[in-house]
Amino acid sequence: MRATAWMGRDKVKVIDVPDPTILSPRDAIVRITTTAICGSDLHLYHGYIPAMRKGDILGHEFMGEVVEVGPQVRNLRPGDRVVVPFPIACGHCTSCQRGLYSVCENSNPNAGIAEKIMGHSPGGIFGYSHLLGGYAGGQAEYARVPFADVGPLKVPDEVPDEQAVMLADVFPTGYMGAEMCDIKPGHLVAIWGAGPVGLLAAASAQLLGAERVFVIDRYPYRLRLAREHTGAETINYEETDVLDALNELTAGRGPDACIDAVGLEGHHGNAAIYAYDRAKQAVRAETERPFALRQAILACRSGGVVSVVGAYGGFIDKFPMGAFMNRALTMRTGQCHVQRYTRPLLERIQRGELDPSFIVSHRMPLEDAPRGYKTFQKKRDECTKVLLTV
Amino acid sequence: MNRIDGVLLPELDSPVRDPWLPRALGWLSLALGATAVAAPGRLARVTGVDDSPAARTVIPAVGARELGHGLGLVAGRRLSAWTWTRVAGDAMDLGLLGQAMADRCGERRRRLALTTAVVAGITALDLLAAFGTARARRAHERKIRIDMAVTVNRTPAEAYRYWRDVENLPRFMSHVESIRAIDLRRSHWTARGPAGRHIEWDAEIVDDQPNRSIAWRSLPGTRVPNAGRVRFVPAPGERGTEVRVQLGYAPPAGALGRAVAKLFGEEPEQQVRDDLRRFKQVLETGDVVRSEGSPEGISARQQIMQRPAQPMPSGIRP
Repeated sequence: MRATAWMGRDKVKVIDVPDPTILSPRDAIVRITTTAICGSDLHLYHGYIPAMRKGDILGHEFMGEVVEVGPQVRNLRPGDRVVVPFPIACGHCTSCQRGLYSVCENSNPNAGIAEKIMGHSPGGIFGYSHLLGGYAGGQAEYARVPFADVGPLKVPDEVPDEQAVMLADVFPTGYMGAEMCDIKPGHLVAIWGAGPVGLLAAASAQLLGAERVFVIDRYPYRLRLAREHTGAETINYEETDVLDALNELTAGRGPDACIDAVGLEGHHGNAAIYAYDRAKQAVRAETERPFALRQAILACRSGGVVSVVGAYGGFIDKFPMGAFMNRALTMRTGQCHVQRYTRPLLERIQRGELDPSFIVSHRMPLEDAPRGYKTFQKKRDECTKVLLTV
Repeated sequence: MNRIDGVLLPELDSPVRDPWLPRALGWLSLALGATAVAAPGRLARVTGVDDSPAARTVIPAVGARELGHGLGLVAGRRLSAWTWTRVAGDAMDLGLLGQAMADRCGERRRRLALTTAVVAGITALDLLAAFGTARARRAHERKIRIDMAVTVNRTPAEAYRYWRDVENLPRFMSHVESIRAIDLRRSHWTARGPAGRHIEWDAEIVDDQPNRSIAWRSLPGTRVPNAGRVRFVPAPGERGTEVRVQLGYAPPAGALGRAVAKLFGEEPEQQVRDDLRRFKQVLETGDVVRSEGSPEGISARQQIMQRPAQPMPSGIRP
């Protein structure tokens, strides 16, 4: 089959690889119809996530048609149309049974590597480094889906691929980011990052009853999407001082909750501060550029919640612990427990409450994946989300 | 409970055999040293060097040295080092005696010869003690003892039942190729060795407490004595069962010992940890969890030698 493979820093290639086969009785093989490039794939593309190997198949947002199931998969049949959550979860460990699917205790066969860096291992993720399992990803013609009796959600015919594939990652991730804010009537929510996750977090915060939502980014076309599709107010951090603007908008209180939808490759309006962390990251003296997180902590109202759904991989510097501790903030985090959200969010899509496909800017065939990565990386042509069709 | 019950495998768990010989030699040193310091003249007469003015200074010095050996052996910690200091002292004494004998004759020469014979006998005992303690220490250091635990989201009864059927064990113990139950208690184990070699032994269950604990040991005659116990303890907060494993084995010296060491890997603890992870996977998910990068499932070795995350060529099964 054809598959998008990581070939080194800033280099992906569509190559021929063997077709996947069933390895375990709970596996299914899915023929992929639509797959997407995620912002976190760019972290891999840029080489910031450790333990990648040349030839690793990328992609953790995909959907398609079931073509083969293992003997213990009784909920799916060949021909079913499914969307596959990006975390791989066994469904039977204590974490899965408590709904914490992304920290499944069994799905990372390389848990020993992850433990050395993170203390304990999170679950495995499709196409997301050997640190998180060494699973082949879904930017390909076919994928093996482990624990197919737990993860994949059947999608009704009337929901098109470009809506349904959003359930693999970005819609649940944005939604969980908003849900972790514990939004109450009258709450004001600020969101750093107007990429797919930030935009869908803004839309979700509105769905969950936020009074006002503020979205912070530097790309005018993305801020326009936020205003037009989520009803958020926007701040361009290259033009405005973010803390001043948020104090102004909240009459000095600060937002009740702040969502970091940026993660480890942030940018900063101040060139000197950006250069400081960029240089440390380049020499691996820190692995992240946590501008959004630092600012979110400083901006948040005392006693508020900082919700982190942007991806981090290692260690950060200059964490404003004084502000965080003295002002009684709460931080809530996690890779999204997608399996928890797929069905209720599919129902929201079917009821017409939200159409997450407004973020899609580019559609191209799988063979054009390298161009898709480049376009997304350089934010060319107002790129927000690239779908690859197979 | 930090150690495998002594009854399981006494040769594994008993401390180094009580080293009576070095201790006895220590007391001998103290007695001789005290005599040499307190009554050097009498000792000089007995050994036949009472004609030498130098003996009046050499004998108390030798006595002081003997007191040193004696204190070290009776009260000191590093027995094997102290036994070697005695051997060195013996060499020195034999040298002095040889010199003394060379320029004497008659009764004094006879006494010196007798003394030399006694010292030579003591030297032999000292060498025996020195080699003995060194060997015991090496054997003690080779013993490997591992304590490891994992939490499994199953009841103690379920975890116990799976483990009690010993033919299940190779499904998660990566170095064990097969186990055949001979009867309810005894079983025959085959483990994969380096270079395609196999290591086989018989084991028996020596303590079986349903739903709580199982203890086993190798039968006498195996070249790799080993023993273990697994306990199944309810985890607090309804989180299943804490499975606590204690293992001990005593690799023999020499080539077989090296083979066994290789079998358990550079990091035997890591191997047992991986085994327990696979045990958890098999009980909770029904199978060992495999990815394209780790098609054989969790293993410390495979974590280092990852395949690219793409499907295996057809025909190759993990």
